[in-house]
Amino acid sequence: MTVAGPVEETTVEPETAPKLKRSRRTAGESRLAFFLITPTIILLGLVVGYPIVKAIYQSFLTDRNLSGAFFDQGGKWNGITNYKYWLLQQCPSGNGGTISCPDGTFGSQFWGAVFFTVFIAVVTVVLETAIGMGFALVMNKAFRGRAIVRAVILIPWAIPTAVTTKLWSVVFDPQGILNHVLGTQTQWTSAQWPARFAIVIADTWKTTPFIALLILAGLQGISADLYESAKLDGATAWQRFTKITLPLVKPALAVAVIFRTLDALRMYDLPAILTGGANGTTTLSILVVRQLNSGINSASALSTITFIFIFGVSLLLVKAFNANIVGAQKPAKEAK
Amino acid sequence: MATTLADAPETPRTPDAPPVAPKQKFRWGPVGSGAVLVLIVLWCLIPFYWMVVESFRDPAFTYDNTPWFAHNTLSNFKYAFNTVNNHFGRSLVSSLIIGTCVTALAMAIGVFAGYALARLAFRGKGIVLAAILAASMFPGVAILTPIFQLFTDFGWLGTYQGLILPQISFSLPLAVYTLTSFFADMPWELEQAARVDGATPGQAFRLVILPLAAPAMFTVSILVFLASWNEYLLSSVLYNGRDDVAPSTVAIAKFTAGPHIPVNTQTMAAGLVVTVPLVIVVLLFQRRIVSGLTAGGVKG
Repeated sequence: MTVAGPVEETTVEPETAPKLKRSRRTAGESRLAFFLITPTIILLGLVVGYPIVKAIYQSFLTDRNLSGAFFDQGGKWNGITNYKYWLLQQCPSGNGGTISCPDGTFGSQFWGAVFFTVFIAVVTVVLETAIGMGFALVMNKAFRGRAIVRAVILIPWAIPTAVTTKLWSVVFDPQGILNHVLGTQTQWTSAQWPARFAIVIADTWKTTPFIALLILAGLQGISADLYESAKLDGATAWQRFTKITLPLVKPALAVAVIFRTLDALRMYDLPAILTGGANGTTTLSILVVRQLNSGINSASALSTITFIFIFGVSLLLVKAFNANIVGAQKPAKEAK
Repeated sequence: MATTLADAPETPRTPDAPPVAPKQKFRWGPVGSGAVLVLIVLWCLIPFYWMVVESFRDPAFTYDNTPWFAHNTLSNFKYAFNTVNNHFGRSLVSSLIIGTCVTALAMAIGVFAGYALARLAFRGKGIVLAAILAASMFPGVAILTPIFQLFTDFGWLGTYQGLILPQISFSLPLAVYTLTSFFADMPWELEQAARVDGATPGQAFRLVILPLAAPAMFTVSILVFLASWNEYLLSSVLYNGRDDVAPSTVAIAKFTAGPHIPVNTQTMAAGLVVTVPLVIVVLLFQRRIVSGLTAGGVKG
C-alpha cells in the first residue's frame, strides 16, 4: 500500500513531446512495478505485518487466568501491566495491587534472559568475526586447496541447527568424546558456565565459516594493484591490512556483523535443544515460547519487548557502521 | 559497489593472490597459510566426522570414545526409522512437503518483486526494499504469539498449511532480496534490445529475462529450501504435538528411546540421514550457493 500513492502521482502529463514520451514510459514502469510488487507486499503484510500489529495489541490485554473462584476469560484492557510484569517483575496481587514477582515465575527470569541473550550475542559475534576474518584472509591468499576449503566450509552452514545441536550434545555428553579427550569430568550441558560456553562453542563452530565466506567475498573485490603500489611505497603488512584491507572490506564486514548480531539476539534452536534453557541459558526467544502456554498476551508483551530491543540494536549498528544495507538496488539505477 | 564494478574486468575469477602473497623473502608465508587452511578444514570436518563415526557405532559402545570407526553396525539407522518411539521417516516426508511448498510459493511471488526492484524505476523503491529487508530480520517469536492464537482459532495447529504459511515470513524476503541482487547484475542490454524491437516490458521479462534468470532462480530456490528445511522455532511450536506433520528438525530434537535412555548413536544416525543429502547438494552447487549467499549481503 505504501507503493500505491507515489505511483499514481507520476501519471501527471507534462506538455512537451519528448518529456511526454519519457513520462509515459515511467508511468508504465511504475504501474508494472506496482503489479509485480503488490503480491509480495500483501503476503508479507499477512504473515509479518498483521501478526506484529496483533501482538502489540494483545500485549495490552489481560490473560485468561484463575482468579479466586472465577475463571477469567481474559482479553480485557490491561494497560501496561504485562510490560510491568516483564520489565519490573510486578505481579498482580490478590487485592488488585501489585507485588514483586516471586522466584520461579517467568517474569523473574526476564533480566537473566536479557543478560544471557546479550552475552551470547556479543561473545559469539566477536569470536566469529575475528576468527572468520583470519580464515578469510588466509583463503584469499591461498593458491592451492582453495576449492576444497570453499566446499568444506559450507558443511557446518548447511547442517540444520537442530542436527548440529544434537551433534554437539553428543560431543558434550559427560561421558562423551570431549571429556574423554580433555580428561575432564565437566557437566557441559548441565552447569551454568560450562553450558553457556558449550553454546558459544557450538554456535561459533557453525557460523564462523559462514562469516569467513562473506568476508572473503568482500576481500575478493579489493584490487590487487592497491597492495602492489602500497608495497612499492614501503607499506608493511600490518599497514596494508589496516589502511587497505580493513577500510575496503568494511561494507562486507558491516553487513556480516549486523546480520549475525540480529541472528544471535533471536537465538532459539541451539540453547532450546542443547540445554532446554536450563542453568541460566534461557534466551529471550526461549522465554517467549515458555510463556506461550501460560498466557499468550503476556507472551505477546515479551515478544514485543524482544522485537523492539532487536530493532533498536539494529538501528544502532546500522548507524555505527554507517552501512548501506539496501545498496543492492544501486547497480540497477546506474545501469539505466 | 562502484569499486566492484570498476575492478571487475581487471580482477580475474581465479586468485588475485600473486601480489598479495610475498614471494621473495617470507618463506614461512605459504607454510603458515597452508597450516591455517588445514586448520579450517579440520574445524569444519571434525565434528561432522564424529557424527559419522557415532552413527555407525554399536549402541552398547556409546561411550567407547575410540576416535576412529570401531564396533560398527547399521542398527542405528534401522532404529532411526522404526516407528515405536519416533516418527523420523515420516518427518522427512513432512520436511520435503513443507520445504517444497514454501520454496514454490516464495519463488512464484518473489520473482516478480525481485525483477521490479532490480530493474524498474518507481518511487518508494527504497522503502519497499527496506521493508522487505526488515521483515527478514524480525525475530521469529515476534510473529509466533498471534499466529499461535490465530491458528488455534482456525484449527490450523498441527496442519501442513499451519506450518507452511508462517515460513513465508522469512523465505519470501530471502527470495526477494537475493533475487534482486542477482537480477541487478544481469546483462540488461538484451532486455533493452528486446524493448527496442518492440517488446513490452512484460514480454521482455517473459521471453528474454526469465530464461537468462533461470540459474539465479535455481540458486535462490536452493537457499530458500535449505532455510525451510532447517527451520525449527516456528515448527516446534506450531506442529502442536502432531508427529505426522512434524518436520525433521523437530523429530530430531525430540528423538528418544524413552526416559533416561541415551540414544546418542541412534540420534547421530538420524542426523546423518538428514545431513548427507544437504551436504551433497551443497557440494554439487557450491559455486552457486556461495554466489547466492554473498549476493544478498556484500553489495554495499
